[in-house]
Amino acid sequence: MSGAELLSVAAFIEGRHAQAFPSFGSERMGAPVMAFCRIDDKEIRLREPVLEPDALIIQDATLLHQVDLFNGLPARGVVLINSAKSLDEMGLGGLAQGFQQYRVYPVPATDLALKHVGRAVPNVPLLAAFAAVTGVIGLASLERAIGEKFPASIAERNVAAARAAFEAAKSAKETISA
Amino acid sequence: MLKQTEGSHAVAEAVALCRPQVICAYPITPQTHIVEGLGEMVKSGELTGCEFINVESEFAALSVAIGASAAGARTYTATSSQGLLFMAEAVYNAAGLGLPIVMTIGNRAIGAPINIWNDHSDSMSMRDAGWIQLFAETNQEALDLHIQAFRLAEDLSCPVMVCMDGFILTHAYDRVDVPTQAQVDAFLPPYQPRQILDPSDPVSIGAMVGPEAFTEVRYLQHHKQLRALGLIPQLAADFAKEFRRDSGGLIRTYRTEGAETIVVALGSVNGTIQEVVDEMRAEGNAIGSVSICSFRPFPLAVLREALCNARRVVVLEKCLAVGMGGIVSDGVRKSLSGIVLNGYTVIAGLGGRAITRTSLRKLFEDAQRDELEQVTFLDLDADLVSFELERESRVRRTGPTAEALLRRIGTVASRIG
Repeated sequence: MSGAELLSVAAFIEGRHAQAFPSFGSERMGAPVMAFCRIDDKEIRLREPVLEPDALIIQDATLLHQVDLFNGLPARGVVLINSAKSLDEMGLGGLAQGFQQYRVYPVPATDLALKHVGRAVPNVPLLAAFAAVTGVIGLASLERAIGEKFPASIAERNVAAARAAFEAAKSAKETISA
Repeated sequence: MLKQTEGSHAVAEAVALCRPQVICAYPITPQTHIVEGLGEMVKSGELTGCEFINVESEFAALSVAIGASAAGARTYTATSSQGLLFMAEAVYNAAGLGLPIVMTIGNRAIGAPINIWNDHSDSMSMRDAGWIQLFAETNQEALDLHIQAFRLAEDLSCPVMVCMDGFILTHAYDRVDVPTQAQVDAFLPPYQPRQILDPSDPVSIGAMVGPEAFTEVRYLQHHKQLRALGLIPQLAADFAKEFRRDSGGLIRTYRTEGAETIVVALGSVNGTIQEVVDEMRAEGNAIGSVSICSFRPFPLAVLREALCNARRVVVLEKCLAVGMGGIVSDGVRKSLSGIVLNGYTVIAGLGGRAITRTSLRKLFEDAQRDELEQVTFLDLDADLVSFELERESRVRRTGPTAEALLRRIGTVASRIG
């Protein structure tokens, strides 16, 4: 939920309307949790869950084998997966699974968070990669949102993680587009 | 000031701007973030002149609120679901005594089976307790209604519930415009109680009343709510003048001009309904919708005016009168007494089931063809129901129903909606 919240704040900073909301599963630690974010140029009245996302951010790659995460994702939909492994290593490289219809980007978000923030908090690197790949929000707005959410010293470290993830995702995108 | 913030936090800010003097708090999902937010503001000194009391139960929360309000303090609390049921006796007392307490309900289903998600069963269970009940469509309206609620409650000396959809609004981050303290102060004057426990001028509050005057006390409670029918639109107009936006009022109509089919609903689902109305209007369908903001008092006359030219009315409600059907529908039908049209009740969104555009679209198309039952359960899993009914017809000792259904479909909360 913090990820969706932060994304909505970054979009708000850009003067857009944004709606972030959770869908809690069972109330226990470690249970899969979904959160949604809509971004628009006009007021958002719709209150249904996001059923056909333009992009999907997967914080825990082990969910790939448990839940039908791709349900509703259109062809060419963007998928960011928190993983230091390549698509082949995750078993997503083959044509057989049907993943080639999406634009899938592995992001080593937990590694980047551990390196820069010192804790396994992958939200910020994933959002930075989202910014790099989609351009829906700018890195500067994300950095401002981080500044609003965290105390200065933690914000600074998160901004470093965001910049690293942004650069990595930008070059990954160029490789895929090329 | 425009902010991107959580609905609960927006409400906490609104309540703080109303300068409450006593806040009683007992946590229950999904309203907890509201009183947590207020607790932080009292602790940090951002909200001064306010006693924040952690109590031992919801029954205590409202009982302490009753005492504080009787002593002349502007008093606030919040609850949800089972919490509201646990304070039920005090809910009636607050209204019977005419104490202007404001309480947020983060609307949530009632067990059993236990369920933390949104529907309107909780506040509906207290609909006849004598409180005014206002339902918010958006987080902006939830914020605004709290400011209006204190003034309404204190003008009438009557408690007010502000109902907002649990999770859908309480936990959603949205853009809200938070007014300044000066704006709120200009709209909401300091509390001047009609009755007060004052040692220098003693009164007794809560005397026993026998048959000689009980009916009259009740009639005056009813009369107060009828006055609220006039006061609520007036306050909404004053609010619009001060804050430059529309919030509250009795009802809001959406594209009802020339509509043959009108959908009536309460709360946040109105946004999704309006999206579907726009879609269908664009294709030439004569459809519109009405959002009821004031459920108590129930706005019979303005509803009649809004609905009387329709051919059919679909009441979509997030609550179920078991063995009867709809609760809101009964009021809507009463408002249409003597007018011949087709009325349909749709039970939707129970226990947090998502109400989607796709389902609403199909529902409204069925309604336009008058192919709906009197009472419809939106997106009912008929296979699952048949499976259980068939099992119950075969076996005597079937065991608990809810658990059997869960076994049949898999894990708890494994799907979106």
